[in-house]
Amino acid sequence: MEVEAAKYIAAGLAIGLGAIGPGIGEGIAASKALEAIGRNPEASGKITPLMFVAMAITESTAIYALVVTLIILFA
Amino acid sequence: MRLDISLAPETLFHIGSLAISNSFFWLIVVSVFLLVGTFFLNRSLKMRPGKIQNIVEMLLAGAYDFVETTVGDKKVARRSFPLVFTLFFFVLFSNLMTFIPGQAAVTIQTADGVVPLFRAIIADYGLVFMMTMLSVLITQIVAIYVTGPFKYIGRFLNFSSPLNFFLGLMDLIGEVAKIMSLSFRLFGNIFAGEVLGAVMLFLFPFFLPLPFAFLGLLTAVVQAFVFAVLTLVFISMAATVTEAEVESAK
Repeated sequence: MEVEAAKYIAAGLAIGLGAIGPGIGEGIAASKALEAIGRNPEASGKITPLMFVAMAITESTAIYALVVTLIILFA
Repeated sequence: MRLDISLAPETLFHIGSLAISNSFFWLIVVSVFLLVGTFFLNRSLKMRPGKIQNIVEMLLAGAYDFVETTVGDKKVARRSFPLVFTLFFFVLFSNLMTFIPGQAAVTIQTADGVVPLFRAIIADYGLVFMMTMLSVLITQIVAIYVTGPFKYIGRFLNFSSPLNFFLGLMDLIGEVAKIMSLSFRLFGNIFAGEVLGAVMLFLFPFFLPLPFAFLGLLTAVVQAFVFAVLTLVFISMAATVTEAEVESAK
């Protein structure tokens, strides 16, 4: 296999596999937050920023995969 | 046509042996703008606030209330607020500057070819790394100041039992990993936003990039917020003494 082709396959695999876990995790975080807001709509102002922070932290493993992908592709 | 995407910022010109990259140039512009703006705003403060002062005061008061509820300690909140809010505002402002339309079209001719004059500041890993180092180092200094140097080392090198020794080593790795996680999160998000925008613009230049630009706007605000809040949480965690340490102090 050529090096160039192997690079593209590696980049695709890295971000594709790396996005699975955080995708599920963020879905869980959002669903729980929405559930909580549904139960107690007055608390939405407090829940929403916390949800964003939690989601951004959950996202970080996907971002590591993304950084690896970008390094493979562009560096 | 091919996409011009590079992880490292492009060099504009040299001063002596110092290479001035486009993100560095843009950083200087933004910093001077913020400093001058703050200077004039500071000089025109009045007891009866005008429109701009009103907005700024509302923003600051809201942010301060948020910091206080997050930290839960008035003294820690008052001391950490300037740093955290400066980080937040700087990251937010420099992210929002990338949404000024038409700036990607401004290019200049250099020795290495045509180079864009502007680049998203946060999409340069050097700056993000330095900001992260600042926040992590301050966290460590706060921890040393609160617990004392010997206890601080004792957190990581604990010989009381094999399990505690192992946990201490894991804590040490966790502290080092903070640098990576904090910096990669910010850098990765913003750089990926830039790349996504460029790719979408490349695929279909008229309406397709719009939703992605909106997504980028959301990321710009949320990531600035997350970076500042995580710094705040690290500092407030370092500023509180754990129960085990209170026990051992008795």
